[in-house]
Amino acid sequence: MDFAFTEEQNRFREEVRDFLEGEIEQGLWKPSCDAWIQGYNPEFTKRVAQKRWMGLTWPKEYGGQERSFVDRFILTEEMLRYGAPAACHWFADRQIGGSILKYGSEEQKREFLPKIIRGEMYVGLGMSETEAGSDLASLRTTAVEDGNDYIINGQKTWTSGAWFMNHIYLLARTDTTVPKHRGISEFIIPIDTPGISRIPMIDVTGTEAWNDIFFDNVRVSKKYLIGEKNKGFYHVMEQLAYERSGFERLMGNYALFEALLKFVNETKRNGKALSQDTVIRYKLVQLQVGFEVGRLLMYKVALVMDEGQAPTVEAAMSKAYATAFEQRLANTTMEILGPYGLLWAGSKYAPFGGMAAHSYLGSKGYSLQAGTTEIMKNIVATRGLGLPTS
Amino acid sequence: MNLALSEEQEILKKAARDFLEEKCNKSFVKQMEQDEKGYSPELWEEMANLGWIGLAFPEKYGGSGMTFLDLCVLLEEMGRACLPAPFFSTVVLGALPILNAGREEQRKQYLPMIASGKAIFSLAWMEPELEYERKAITVEATPDGDAYIITGSKLFVPYANVADYLLCAARTSKREKGITILIVAAKSPGVKYTVLKTMAHDKLCEALFDHVPVAKENILGQLNQGWNEVQKTVERAGVAKCCELVGNFQWVLEDTIAYAKERKQFDRPIGSFQVIQHYCADMATYVEGARLSAYQAAWMLSEGLPGTKEIAVAKSWINEVSPLIFNLAHQIHGAMGVTIEHDLHFYTTRARPVEFSYSGDNYYREVIAKEMGLA
Repeated sequence: MDFAFTEEQNRFREEVRDFLEGEIEQGLWKPSCDAWIQGYNPEFTKRVAQKRWMGLTWPKEYGGQERSFVDRFILTEEMLRYGAPAACHWFADRQIGGSILKYGSEEQKREFLPKIIRGEMYVGLGMSETEAGSDLASLRTTAVEDGNDYIINGQKTWTSGAWFMNHIYLLARTDTTVPKHRGISEFIIPIDTPGISRIPMIDVTGTEAWNDIFFDNVRVSKKYLIGEKNKGFYHVMEQLAYERSGFERLMGNYALFEALLKFVNETKRNGKALSQDTVIRYKLVQLQVGFEVGRLLMYKVALVMDEGQAPTVEAAMSKAYATAFEQRLANTTMEILGPYGLLWAGSKYAPFGGMAAHSYLGSKGYSLQAGTTEIMKNIVATRGLGLPTS
Repeated sequence: MNLALSEEQEILKKAARDFLEEKCNKSFVKQMEQDEKGYSPELWEEMANLGWIGLAFPEKYGGSGMTFLDLCVLLEEMGRACLPAPFFSTVVLGALPILNAGREEQRKQYLPMIASGKAIFSLAWMEPELEYERKAITVEATPDGDAYIITGSKLFVPYANVADYLLCAARTSKREKGITILIVAAKSPGVKYTVLKTMAHDKLCEALFDHVPVAKENILGQLNQGWNEVQKTVERAGVAKCCELVGNFQWVLEDTIAYAKERKQFDRPIGSFQVIQHYCADMATYVEGARLSAYQAAWMLSEGLPGTKEIAVAKSWINEVSPLIFNLAHQIHGAMGVTIEHDLHFYTTRARPVEFSYSGDNYYREVIAKEMGLA
């Protein structure tokens, strides 16, 4: 056992912090909640790419660094600590690259991976449909073979940040005659392909968080099919483990946590700092304990990935746990701020730029996106603990 | 970073599990609950022969030269087995303070004796007021020639009824700092024990000292320097208890899952119902958090690193989730689980997050508050 990071890892963390602090000092962006998923900033993504921090774990022959997932988690932990606007590359770097590496053709690896590594390929996720949420395999979007192409028809929803993505990862039905899990394939498609259209979905914080994406006789070359035809559902189950498995589930609101700690130290009521109030102090300590345990669960996930396994059960456990933590953080913040917590960004008196209201509302979605808490617990129970399904 | 046990630790764990499954089944545990001594001297001797008691002592003191972390792996298995024995008190509360703070001649005198199973130790530090501060120690040791005379009452002393020696934290000076640990022959005239009836029927005792003389050479380490080692011992014991509880929780989790698979209602195993599945997933998450935080703290101590925050996190987490784990375990087991027919009660009564917690967790909360920079 060894709970410490190596010297090299400690230096790496420092390097990431120095870079991010420098960016903030130069006024290039401000820390914010949800910046990993909503912070659209192509220039930032470019600068991260120039640091060679994209595709950190991928093989050198495709431009990666062959570093460990623990290293990658150090990087993402710091990005989240500083609320950095990393949404352009987050999905591609987190799960699409890995999926291409595992199931893509040599040609696809040569085409896509260097683009992701250069910070030029932003990939939105086209998985869910209006009638296919937790039951993803019941999706209805079709891809029908036509010569050297597929013709795609259907509708996807909940595609985060689709208005700035330049590619879309798509799950579509390629065989309607077999049981539903066995007729699904994966594609990665340029989003400007004719026949693709988008309409925004506005979330409860007023943000254009997602898009509905429509496919109307979209013709795509077979070279965009990832891996074997009709095996897509099995591939994506593994990809989803990577999607669920990171610090963004624990630290999407971290900027709020830091602001809150500063606030309770600096704000006085009845002549003493809020942090001196026994109840407030205890609630914050409980949050910190919850955070520290969450952090251990996250690094456990990274270690499973470093053993070359998909962290299916560990990621599910950590996601259910961590998103509950984030909701608790948002709730506690509202309790402490009182009516100030209701104030929106831009309002007179809004504390921390309205982050409290934003995360109180935004965090409601945390336990839904990328697999609901119920599905996460099903996975832990059936895959992890071996409980029967009937 | 590496969260796996070493090969050596895996071997130790397996050997401990096999041994305890054979020698410490639940009818033995039950028998020991009724036993006056509360442990089996034969089993104690066997554990000494296996090298368990001196596991973490250096070889020159008759030990195996293994680490505190290795000891925690063994304690986890003891927690899993509900082992009734004065192991924790002798090793964690007795031997480790001697190893850490004792003078060389004291280590030579006591540690080989302990390792060979010939002496049972315990620690007498808490008092009825349950104030965990140095200034609250009222048991006095007053100098009298070459000796100190101890008078006062100590509470919650495990296995004092069978101990050969007690480490007693006593006041040797009116000044607040003046706390000294004395090694007291437990069967000295003037020492009286009452075994308290606990929910686990184990041997927590009251120890009354009525003018008990102890030679000056039996001061552990230095005069008036005892509080530091009391604190270290309580921290160490807190972590060791966390690891023991991880073993307890692990058994409960496995047993609950097995029951959920086998128990049928409405013609299907209850473990196929989502609500039961989610209870189990919650239990597994609490236990995983307990395991990771407990072993992180144990690793820090074992490496000689300052682990104050990690200890506080482990203690706080485990104190919080222990009742939650047992609420779920009992809910899933149904009414059978609250009878003495079922083994679950052995675990429920032994999972006691109140031990080594100082007063109701406030101490550890404050440690974390400071680490967070709360004003």
